[in-house]
Amino acid sequence: MRTQNATAYRFLTPYLLIFAIFWIWPIISSFIISFQATRTVPWRFAPAFNWGRLIGDPAFYNALKNTLLILVIQVPVMIALAIVMAVLLNSPLLKARGLYRFAFFAPVVVGEVAYSAVFRLMFSLDFGIVNKLLESVGLAKIDWFSNVTPAMALIMIAVTWRWAGYNAIIILAGLQSIPEDVYEAATLDRVSRVKQFFHITLPLLKPVIVFCAVLSIIGTMQLFTEPFLITERGGPGGGTETLGLLLYRQGFRSLNFGYASAVAYTMAGLAIAITLVQLWLMREPK
Amino acid sequence: MTSRSRARLGRVIALHLFLTPLALVWLFPLWMMVVFSTMPDNGIFSPGIELLPHDNFLDNVANLQRDTNFIGAIGISVSVAVTYTVLSVLLTSMAGWALARYEFHGKGAVVAIIFGTITLPYAVVLIPQFIMVARDFALANTWIALIVPPLFNSLGVLFMRQAFSMMPAELFDAARVEGVKEWRIFLFVALPLARPMLAALAIILFLASWNNYLWPLLINSQPGAMTAPVALGTLIGLTKVSWGGIMAGAVMLTVPMLIVFVLLQRHFIAGIAAGAVK
Repeated sequence: MRTQNATAYRFLTPYLLIFAIFWIWPIISSFIISFQATRTVPWRFAPAFNWGRLIGDPAFYNALKNTLLILVIQVPVMIALAIVMAVLLNSPLLKARGLYRFAFFAPVVVGEVAYSAVFRLMFSLDFGIVNKLLESVGLAKIDWFSNVTPAMALIMIAVTWRWAGYNAIIILAGLQSIPEDVYEAATLDRVSRVKQFFHITLPLLKPVIVFCAVLSIIGTMQLFTEPFLITERGGPGGGTETLGLLLYRQGFRSLNFGYASAVAYTMAGLAIAITLVQLWLMREPK
Repeated sequence: MTSRSRARLGRVIALHLFLTPLALVWLFPLWMMVVFSTMPDNGIFSPGIELLPHDNFLDNVANLQRDTNFIGAIGISVSVAVTYTVLSVLLTSMAGWALARYEFHGKGAVVAIIFGTITLPYAVVLIPQFIMVARDFALANTWIALIVPPLFNSLGVLFMRQAFSMMPAELFDAARVEGVKEWRIFLFVALPLARPMLAALAIILFLASWNNYLWPLLINSQPGAMTAPVALGTLIGLTKVSWGGIMAGAVMLTVPMLIVFVLLQRHFIAGIAAGAVK
């Protein structure tokens, strides 16, 4: 046993050092900082300073509201779309499968900055290709950047485009792990394909779908680049400001580390709550 | 044609009639990225609908280079992504090997801490990381700042632990009986056997580093120290800037990754799908 301890830690220590310094310690440190007044030197312990401000801050509620709004609309739409993509890509009837896979999976490799730039240009008011196409079919053009509702819609469209294929890859892997013979019995009993999908496929996919939903919720909760670059720092007038953007502005524009840490820990609290819901959904049936 | 094969044909046609427009919509932003990158600025901002590439790409690259030193930033991004990928694959596969193959004190605790904190948002560590690297270590605008902190990522540990624990023990026991040292077994027996998993992991890590935006934006904000996405991001929203140039930059960031994706699709998909294994 003694020799295995030494050998094991020789392999483990380099990673554990980095993990402790840049992940575990910051998690603890962030919690401590959120209870400190950080705009005075030296920082002092003031438990209600940041959290008290947070509870009464309209900017916080605005960012929280926008973030939750994006979550409850964008995540379900995207997951549904990803399921449709995965199921159809898995169909034995599909020709030129590689081309379709490329179309849906390609956004996975596109960086946030590159695609934010393209979306910003595509949706611009007078010269954006989207408005030009809307007008060419007789529809009114939309001012995507000056009104809150279209701006929020634009953020959701962009995030959905970027991440639907990513989720489809995971769901497709889940689909392909369902054994064929599950369907054979149903087909012999002349159960329709639609019924097979709802009564066999979806229940078997539940763990994968919940996993994708949790991953997407935690990702969307930290949404930063899209409202930062596409809608210009959360515009119009804070209409697309998210918790991620609030954290950035408080932490790195105003250098108010204590308050920004409180915002960060609010996000952590949400993430923990969502993870607990996941564990509850995935509990073993008694 | 029997009614059955006719029904099948109907289903084939319906499937493609639905999926083709969806695929075209999905490809549209990438296509327009390429089209914009080849158009002069006065063409991008004109009332007509242009859906085909022009021949202004190199001029746009020159415009971009005038707005910001993008070629230099690409150089930083490539070096950082390569170094990060090599280091992260090495560190995490060593850790994954230890967790998969040895019994030792504290193993349960290490696994519990890694799994227990994996769903915490990255935003939580952002501020302490920044304070530590920029103030305590005074390493802002250096390569170390870009490469080392993101090495905490535990994806590789879980991924390689899974890969190594699926290998039969006899493979390694035979070598042990002959007195081969543990680090040699790891380097010359285990790692070569794990090649497909290492490839998948390396691709995912490289991509993550190449596209990383928030951390490099915060820590390396000086012009000469910026990565390519950060340099490009500084131009978005400026009034006097070449949008053809920005699109040329977007293409330079994206197209190499698309080519890698097409060539190594299997590894890519394996890497992403493995996220679901944990």
